[in-house]
Amino acid sequence: MLVVLTVIAIVAAGVLASVNAVTAPQIEKINADNLAAGIKAVMGSDDIQVADPQEVDAFTVYGICDKDGNALGKAVVTTENGFGGPLKVLVGFSTEGDILGYTVLEHAETPGLGAKAGEWFQDKIIGMNPGKNNFTVSKDGGEVDAITASTITSRAFLKAIQNAYDKVAAAPDAASGATKQAGEKAPCDGKNGCCKAENSAGCDGDCHCEKEVTACDIETPEVIE
Amino acid sequence: MNNLKVLVNGIIKENPTFVLLLGMCPTLGTTSSAFNGMSMGLATMCVLILSNFIIALIKNLIPDAVRIPSYIVVIASLVTVLQMVIKAYAPEVDKSLGLFIPLIVVNCIILGRAESFAAKNGAIASIFDGIGIGLGFTIALTCLGAVRELLGTGAIFGVTLWGETYGMLMFVLAPGAFLVLAYLIVLFNKYIKKA
Amino acid sequence: MDYVLSLILIVITAIFVNNVVLAQFLGICPFLGVSKKVDTASGMGMAVTAVLVVATIVTYLIQVYVLNAFGLEYLQTIAFILVIAALVQMIEIILKKTMPALYQALGVFLPLITTNCCILGVAILVIQKDYDLLEGVIYALSTGLGFLLAMVLFAGLREQLDLVDVPKSFRGVPIALVTASLLAMAFMGFSGVDGGLKILFGLQ
Repeated sequence: MLVVLTVIAIVAAGVLASVNAVTAPQIEKINADNLAAGIKAVMGSDDIQVADPQEVDAFTVYGICDKDGNALGKAVVTTENGFGGPLKVLVGFSTEGDILGYTVLEHAETPGLGAKAGEWFQDKIIGMNPGKNNFTVSKDGGEVDAITASTITSRAFLKAIQNAYDKVAAAPDAASGATKQAGEKAPCDGKNGCCKAENSAGCDGDCHCEKEVTACDIETPEVIE
Repeated sequence: MNNLKVLVNGIIKENPTFVLLLGMCPTLGTTSSAFNGMSMGLATMCVLILSNFIIALIKNLIPDAVRIPSYIVVIASLVTVLQMVIKAYAPEVDKSLGLFIPLIVVNCIILGRAESFAAKNGAIASIFDGIGIGLGFTIALTCLGAVRELLGTGAIFGVTLWGETYGMLMFVLAPGAFLVLAYLIVLFNKYIKKA
Repeated sequence: MDYVLSLILIVITAIFVNNVVLAQFLGICPFLGVSKKVDTASGMGMAVTAVLVVATIVTYLIQVYVLNAFGLEYLQTIAFILVIAALVQMIEIILKKTMPALYQALGVFLPLITTNCCILGVAILVIQKDYDLLEGVIYALSTGLGFLLAMVLFAGLREQLDLVDVPKSFRGVPIALVTASLLAMAFMGFSGVDGGLKILFGLQ
């Protein structure tokens, strides 16, 4: 009887492994496509290049440039606890920190109420700047109308964007879209535009950027088709 | 028992939700909208049909002592395959059903039908039983989801029927799930089962 | 200190705010099936709590040291359910041999627990929520306590229902579901408490 059970388990594992081999690349592709579409949507432009993501605290930051290499701003993935669970938002900031667009990546909000966050704020917060506008719901004295009957979701949503702005968009390098200041130390990994590849002559473990480096100087910015 | 009878039996006389009261977790947990309820019902139906079929085929090869573990392996594999396929080709469904997809494994309907039907009947009859019970489950979940969505948000399958401002949050949340199910069971018992 | 506070937050959230039965809809079958008497309900609740804690520890270790280590994450569902089934059997045998009194009290519930979806659900949730082992154990324990609380409250209400004249169509499960609905509504009063505590604890 152990033989039978073993055979069944082996067959099952084999089937799962082969199905996994088929579906895993598809799942990855969907995630990548979603991210690409999301970034295009929140930056309000199709002709963009996206730099390698950087992790800043709990935020994932994508430096964005246009086709000619001029910095457009940043797209930031930010998470806050909503009403039903984590609320994950992708928000695009211009180089001045104005909100260009947003999209809700993940949420567990109430269907029909908090779940409306995906559309509700589109015509309300785009163009605002969390550094200049009072970026809270009107109930708390702010300038944004909360979703009807979903104040908790609305607060969490605005807070997620405010946090992203404070940590990332308002950071000193935001204005120029720079990821490294001139003279700043950087690892010799061949990335970041300013550094030679590791083990190449003249690299003693870390090197200094000769000029200010923007997201667009990164050697292999990925062009989204 | 002919196959059609097996089919109808699953939808009405042995309706898994309203009569047998099996698989209550997904019934209550995934029916916040008609679409979610239907997706869950269809996902369960797929697993049920395939598991019934496979178990009816291999039942004579399995010694009695390892019957249940073998069934669980078969069901768990099918669920995992389904989970991967949904993730790859219907990511929206994966998002809204979430945890309840792997939990199809412990849905008592599936192991219950394997034990009480597939282990005693032929492969073809087992498929029909799977379709019948699966449809019964899907219909029940879709009804429950539709009523909750309609009362809670004033929409059905995402189509708003009476105004954006309507909302009765309770029906979308946990208490509404219990309440609507209670009333649907009462109505089912009173009008459909009797008939 | 923050870590201790976050553990306290996990306990309160799992018992009251996101009660496993009344808010997350896990473990509904025993909730409706074994809740006619307070003592059987509390027995079931305790058995589930015990299995939850043990199962969470074992499945966590399997996830980290076997599935993640060998890149076999896709076998999660199948591995977890087999482990849980085996574990329940083992607990039953050990309990029978070593603690006959406790076995008398909980034994009948054990076979039912394998197909209780809150065990598998919690095992998967612990992995999804990225808890470490201690957080996972605390989460499992408090989820079990939440289940116990819901079971005992519900059984108490149902004992009272036996004395009431209920309309014919509502007798049995429907009136129990209406009662569960009211209980769930009462628990909704806790919603938002977790967010408030988070601010109070300074974890934001």
